[in-house]
Amino acid sequence: MGPVSWLIALPFLTTIAVVLTPERHWRLIRWISLVGTGLGLILTAAVTYLYWIEARADIELLRSATVTKLYLVEQVMWFKPLGIQYFVGVDGISVSMIILTSIIIFCGVLASWNVENRTKEFFALLLLLVTGVFGVFVSYDLFLFFMFYELAVLPMYLLIGVWGTGPKEYAAMKLTLMLLVGSAFVLVGFLALYHESGLHTFDLQQLATIHYSDRFQWWFFPMIFVGFGVIGALFPFHTWSPDGHSSAPTAVSMLHAGVLMKLGGYGALRIAVYALPEGAKAWGLFFMGLTTINILYGSFGAIMQRDLKYFTAYSSVSHCGFVLFGVAALNLMGLKGAVLQMFSHGIMTGLFFALIGMVYGRTHTRIISEMGGLAKVMPWLATSFYIAGLASLGLPGLSGFVAETHVFLGGFFGNPWSSVMMTRVLTIIATLSIVVTAVYVLRGLAMVFQGPITKPHFEELGDATLTERLSTGILAATLLFVGILPWLIIDLIEPSLYPFINRLQGLAAAGAIGTL
Amino acid sequence: MDGASGWMMQHAWLIPALPLASFAIVGLLVSPVSKRAAGIVATLAIMASAACAYLLAWEYFTLYPPGGKHPILVPWSYEWLRYQPGLSVNVGVLVDPISVLLLIVVTTVSSLVHIYSNAYMHGDHGFGRYFTFLNLFTFSMLGLVVAPDIIQMYVCWELVGVSSFLLIGFYYMKPSAVSAAKKAFIVTRFADLGFLVGVILLSYFGFRLFPEWSAEVGAATNGLAGTQPVDFAYLNHPAFLARFSELHVAFLGTSMLTLAMILVYMGAAGKSAMFPLHIWLPDAMEGPTPVSALIHAATMVVAGVYLVARLFPAFAYSETAALVVMVVGAFTSLFAAIIGTTQDDIKRVLAFSTLSQLGYMMLALGVCTTEYAAGYTASMFHLFTHAFFKALLFLGAGAVIHAVHTNSIWEMGGLAKKMPITHITFLIATLAISGIWPFAGFFSKDEILVSALAGGHPLVFGVAFVVAGLTAFYMFRIYFVTFWGHGRGEGAAHAHEAPAVMWLPMALLAVLSSVTGFIPMGEFVSLGEHEAHHGINLAIAIPATAVALLGMGTAAFLYIGDGRRAKSAALAMGGAYHVIKQKFYIDELYLFITHRIIFHYIARPIAWFDRHMVDGGVNASGWVTRTSGRVLSFMQTGQVQTYGIWFTGGVAFVILILWCALL
Repeated sequence: MGPVSWLIALPFLTTIAVVLTPERHWRLIRWISLVGTGLGLILTAAVTYLYWIEARADIELLRSATVTKLYLVEQVMWFKPLGIQYFVGVDGISVSMIILTSIIIFCGVLASWNVENRTKEFFALLLLLVTGVFGVFVSYDLFLFFMFYELAVLPMYLLIGVWGTGPKEYAAMKLTLMLLVGSAFVLVGFLALYHESGLHTFDLQQLATIHYSDRFQWWFFPMIFVGFGVIGALFPFHTWSPDGHSSAPTAVSMLHAGVLMKLGGYGALRIAVYALPEGAKAWGLFFMGLTTINILYGSFGAIMQRDLKYFTAYSSVSHCGFVLFGVAALNLMGLKGAVLQMFSHGIMTGLFFALIGMVYGRTHTRIISEMGGLAKVMPWLATSFYIAGLASLGLPGLSGFVAETHVFLGGFFGNPWSSVMMTRVLTIIATLSIVVTAVYVLRGLAMVFQGPITKPHFEELGDATLTERLSTGILAATLLFVGILPWLIIDLIEPSLYPFINRLQGLAAAGAIGTL
Repeated sequence: MDGASGWMMQHAWLIPALPLASFAIVGLLVSPVSKRAAGIVATLAIMASAACAYLLAWEYFTLYPPGGKHPILVPWSYEWLRYQPGLSVNVGVLVDPISVLLLIVVTTVSSLVHIYSNAYMHGDHGFGRYFTFLNLFTFSMLGLVVAPDIIQMYVCWELVGVSSFLLIGFYYMKPSAVSAAKKAFIVTRFADLGFLVGVILLSYFGFRLFPEWSAEVGAATNGLAGTQPVDFAYLNHPAFLARFSELHVAFLGTSMLTLAMILVYMGAAGKSAMFPLHIWLPDAMEGPTPVSALIHAATMVVAGVYLVARLFPAFAYSETAALVVMVVGAFTSLFAAIIGTTQDDIKRVLAFSTLSQLGYMMLALGVCTTEYAAGYTASMFHLFTHAFFKALLFLGAGAVIHAVHTNSIWEMGGLAKKMPITHITFLIATLAISGIWPFAGFFSKDEILVSALAGGHPLVFGVAFVVAGLTAFYMFRIYFVTFWGHGRGEGAAHAHEAPAVMWLPMALLAVLSSVTGFIPMGEFVSLGEHEAHHGINLAIAIPATAVALLGMGTAAFLYIGDGRRAKSAALAMGGAYHVIKQKFYIDELYLFITHRIIFHYIARPIAWFDRHMVDGGVNASGWVTRTSGRVLSFMQTGQVQTYGIWFTGGVAFVILILWCALL
């Protein structure tokens, strides 16, 4: 069993350990989860290192590759009659998503330190969900991918339905149903690929060697893209997100907005664009248009929200728009920006939701107008909130800037298959969001943390505890790290995107990355 | 990349790096332990950085003596962000006369303000936080000054913006400070939208034209090896500009160059608070006064001027863009000077004065052409002198506010005797800004007036001339009201001189405001070697001094004594006075647009639309599913006959379709 399989196995084994521990040892359960996810962080570092020492030798080779080069591969036939394999491995995109997931779940466990209701089930489901997420990011067999995808989506129903707040049953049901509709689209797309290829395999690498007819691509690209778009909060399929996020408990919101929404962008890139490049060219401009709406609509929507979680959820809709916008720009900067934005938004929104949970735990309200002046009593939380907010408005020095400028430049540079005029106009419309985001972030933060203290009992509230400092500190430091040393993560991601670009350009133009 | 250059040149990155290191150390380690130590460490870091900046200036001008040619060097750079092959951002240090000039201004004023703040902020709850932010600001500003490419400029541009935001809102419990900080950030952010789009345009066309350019410039330019399409060295290169200006924007009827420059100028206008983006600067006075001195008078607000100067060849290449710079600058200088004559808050008068002087610098840049670039020198000269006397005015105002605990000039008065040092230094600064010989402002203002007239813009010269008179008037207005007569408020009666830690920096700035005018700036900062330094042009200096004295005399006439004359003068002006005092109602207009229109007619409908229409669609589809399930369940009767009917009907339907298709 190689390191990548361990990556999936570790949270699963932790889940089993949690399940086997009696409920009355709930403290132990917390520690088991923490140790399990902590080991996950170490394992992730190891995987990253192993990937990097192998991959950096291949950069020149990748410049002309048209098929993703995978590392740390494990491939065994699982169910021969249907050609289903257990096929896992990593490339730069997977690695960056694995790092994101490990950080978020570790901090998520820390942020759930005080869950007292059914601790055991809570952590068990949380870890099961993470097993699914890791699985998705490393699977290169579509069947396996889909299985892990469903494993990641379904525990959400229980997590929100049982441990949530507010109209939780409605939110849980809505979220699950909408995501299932999305995955139905995805499934249809996968089956179509399977049949059309005639290869009798779900192996993505093999499926990608087939040149599907333009007509087929024209039909199935949008189907897969929209299917993943639902979980990536693509307008107008984003409405599960505000309700779902606001009803979910802290760690679940963190994981959901931080990691699960990334499955959408990841799938759209990894499968839709990768397998169906002609479809991507045909539909790129359409989806750029749709995601421009996402970006602005989400940010305008956030201005008027009264609840901190709704506020963050709309902001997520806007930021996830950047991910799909970058994907639809179909050039190197756009795709890289999309991956960077997935990472950046994941950490940032994880931090947001962790902080909201901590503030809510103290004030027992999430209504923005009921708070005020909290910076005085909780300087640590306020500082972290500001770091997240500034990352969200794209301040240089934090990760958001790196990602957003990539996406903007990608959109403006355009691609040969869409009207350049249109992509530029859309990009310039999308840049408006930097102002709107500044407006809602600063308004929201000023109302919560600044001004005079509105309620006398706020004076007695305490600042962050040690576990809270640890989890918010890690997330904030990650935002700074990516913002200040962006080349580290860019070096990790960029070579793996060359094959995508080469596929789009067609084999003839392979090696001509510089011109896009 | 010049092997012959000195040690400091090779290590010029230390200048911004020292404040950055200090920011991290003070913020994370020192400030939580000891507030006092935080102030000291932060101050020492900036002073070390200042020492490096002086050393750098000395090395640079030893290597390239005054009066000669001054090349643009990039002694240190490092790839920071690679967008795609052929388009990378290098962080680095650019050394040329104007960056050296700005480094000296920023480190000097920042050191003095740091020293001053140790006393001014003494006992404040957020003492450590204050110095952390101040270090952050200084780092960002120095990074901006030495930026060798437009993206590093943009990065640091945003960082100075956020440090300004943090410091304006320093007293975060005070609602007015909070909203002023928000306003400053959002208004400049709006301007930065233009800058960002400009940067995107420049990166795109820079990248596209780069291969052609490098072919044209060829291997002859070894100094430009490793140049990226976003570097200033490239963006300012005549070969690039010539090609870029040939591209046209079809629907605007201008060249792409003009469009890009106007967009970039939008950012510059926001940061330098040009009309109509000026509204944030007067409100920014909510921040602690030393912050106003450093950020909102001497350094950050000149970033816009500096940006235009940095891209000067590009602006000069596009006449339209230069014209915009000139007109907006001239208008702002007049507009702000008029408002400045009516304000009651000492810091706001100074803020409007800053606006007006920034307008001066901008118009001086705008009147230049590639052939006649005296205004470039004049603008940088004025930037240099203005930094010292305006910082001094603010520090003086700070000392006064510290003593009397009010900002309103009408509650001050008679402070000349109680605060002699503050009085003398304030007077020196006032004379300097009014343009009285031999103080610094006289020389730099003279050069601006000369360049406007000689550049062939008599109207602009006229405006600048009138503004010179207005400046003397409003400055002496606050000077007389604050320091002469007798104490009017509670605080003024008990005022006493500031401590030495506060007045020493002021005294030093007073010396600088007195002597810096004699620096032959044309020898150091100029665009061409054929630049003839004028010396003093008496035909302009005499009328300019006369108009300043006239302004001064008018102020003396109206405001010495009980101020009855001033009241009747205001009454005589009627409604006009009121409109001016309300700052031409620009703020109200903005408020109307943002709250009434944007929030009301865009944001709220979107929020509603999302909850009721889009989400309604989702709920409706849920309802349709449930209902159709119920309807369909009626069909499942369990009776074979019913099924038979459906079956027959279905088959008939399919046959019908097939039949139609076959026909």
